[in-house]
Amino acid sequence: MNISESQASSELTSAPKTDKPKARKNSETRGRLLRRALGSGLLTVVVIALALIWSVPTFGLFVSSFRPASLITTTGWWSGLIPPWNFTLQNYIDVLQAQGLGQAFVNSLIISIPGTFLPMIIAAFGAYAFAWMKFPGRDFFFMGIVALLVIPTQIALVPVLKLFTDIGLTGEYAAVWLAHTAFGLPFAVFLLRNFFAALPSDLMESAHIDGASHWRIFWSIIIPLSVPSLASLGIFQFMWVWNDLLTSLIFLGGNPQRAPMTLSIANLVDSYGSNYPVLTAAAFLSMALPLVVFFALQRYFVRGILAGSVKG
Amino acid sequence: MAQVRFDHVYKTFNKVEVVHDISIDVKDKEFLVLVGPSGCGKSTCLRMIAGLEEPTEGEIYIGDRVVNGVDPKDRDIAMVFQNYALYPHMTVFDNMAFGLKLRHFPKDQIKKRVEEAAEILGLQPFLKRKPKELSGGQRQRVALGRAIVREAQVFLMDEPLSNLDAKLRVATRAEIIKLHQRIQTTMVYVTHDQVEAMTMGDRIAVLNGGVIQQLGAPQELYDHPANIFVAGFIGSPAMNFIPGAKVGTVDGRTSVILEGIGKVEVPQIYEERARAAADRNLTFGIRPVHLEDVNLVSANSNHGDIRSAIDASVDVVENLGNELQVYLTTGGKNIVATLDPRAHVTAGNKIRLFVDSDQIHLFDTDTGEAIF
Repeated sequence: MNISESQASSELTSAPKTDKPKARKNSETRGRLLRRALGSGLLTVVVIALALIWSVPTFGLFVSSFRPASLITTTGWWSGLIPPWNFTLQNYIDVLQAQGLGQAFVNSLIISIPGTFLPMIIAAFGAYAFAWMKFPGRDFFFMGIVALLVIPTQIALVPVLKLFTDIGLTGEYAAVWLAHTAFGLPFAVFLLRNFFAALPSDLMESAHIDGASHWRIFWSIIIPLSVPSLASLGIFQFMWVWNDLLTSLIFLGGNPQRAPMTLSIANLVDSYGSNYPVLTAAAFLSMALPLVVFFALQRYFVRGILAGSVKG
Repeated sequence: MAQVRFDHVYKTFNKVEVVHDISIDVKDKEFLVLVGPSGCGKSTCLRMIAGLEEPTEGEIYIGDRVVNGVDPKDRDIAMVFQNYALYPHMTVFDNMAFGLKLRHFPKDQIKKRVEEAAEILGLQPFLKRKPKELSGGQRQRVALGRAIVREAQVFLMDEPLSNLDAKLRVATRAEIIKLHQRIQTTMVYVTHDQVEAMTMGDRIAVLNGGVIQQLGAPQELYDHPANIFVAGFIGSPAMNFIPGAKVGTVDGRTSVILEGIGKVEVPQIYEERARAAADRNLTFGIRPVHLEDVNLVSANSNHGDIRSAIDASVDVVENLGNELQVYLTTGGKNIVATLDPRAHVTAGNKIRLFVDSDQIHLFDTDTGEAIF
């Protein structure tokens, strides 16, 4: 009797669900549908147009970087698209050989890779503690870290530089790694903590009962389930470090042997007035890697990685 | 041997007391159901056994050991969660094996145990799948399997059926009962559904407001509810309550007199208790199944003259085939009666209902306590 009752009630509750879309469809007039189709079509056109306009300068840079220096200075980049084509790799050869940007590219990698992974790992540990461990003052400290987001990097430059000079770190890669880690942590902890905290608590409790320690839960459950947030954080942090000029300029102390791309490109402008042809190739080289990183990690931005763990 | 014992346990969250002085003795291999409305503290009790919450006061024993302050993983318990709590990135096999791997079981033994559990639960075809490729019922079986492989001393289940649809719920209910008979482990099961409680429990603890209202076998709770709350909570449709009852003597027999509604004779064994309570505010209670159309009872002739009956007017009649669910009004109160389909009832008419006087209940209106 009770079974039939609950079945009846479940039918009752499910019935309106199926009725709703039908009713909506009927009430919707043809004119409204047409307007909606037009609206979404128009939106698509606008978005595509904006994206095209937005990428024109980059495209221009790309085209210019393959044109001979003499033509770059005399005609606009668009005339390069008209036959006869005069494309050349000379700018790239100049940049990599004569200007020593090859070394700068390697330097950028040496700075960016630890500068990305160090804050990610530390932030992940911190975020786990803030999300899933109980300790006194937890919320207070987390608020403190969030508050640090509003403090501009520039305020800390002088004291940190003094400290690094005192302990002999200035001019070393480690100085830049540490600086990027410290400056990147507040945002990284904030992002990861919010993601970790949104994971269902049943999972952690179940793992505790299964016998897992915090360490084990972190590596076996939190990290595999957080790939999307880790990937987005990785992209953010990598872009930030790769494109950074200020931190390297201050903490590497003008050591050209260790200068990253950003610093070397800036120096190109200084020493040659503006060596426009070489600059185009250099700029494009510095953009290439972030693009690769973005497209490589893009596939991790998949939703529904939690599907099937809990019903909801 | 794994009995679970609560010894005067209290639990307070932010100064709000959610569990008040609970003492329960769950016997070894017993299936105990904690049932009550939401917020009654039943899940908190379960989580305190698991070690996910610590009691504010009092002691919890598993076996002979006080487990206050003992880590969940060292309590030798297994828990099934309402939301399954499967690890989404692991296969069914890995989900079940996780707890064993952490306890450093040898690989061949892990495989053996997981396969045994999979066989019991019919999960062999799914061992290589991820949770998201399973249906709700299959996921819940994986959650059960994860608990089984541990061979823990105590099984804890937190509303494991509430996310399943009605049909599956009934089927899984039977599966859990079978499972308990097979693995013979102490089980503590939390639910808000009194049907689950009645059908599954060896004993039931009814909780309300963090206090145990009654602890006993299902039939005991049904036949002899300790107070109005238990009487109204156990049984479906719920017991009818008619306040304003008086105890008096009619035709030389002690009776419950319901002004303007009718009268019911008190069974002999309760006469003394009824008379002793005569000067209190009383509420009369009768279950819908213990009411019947007077004409059908007379026809049976067993009861001779009808000495216990109430009058009511019929509001709605629902015919379920095997019985009639009749909604009535009597003395300004709505009541329900479950009648034989042969009963002559039509909406809008008056009816005289025979009351099975052996099955009546009397409560103190002010305290809620049962007089009998």
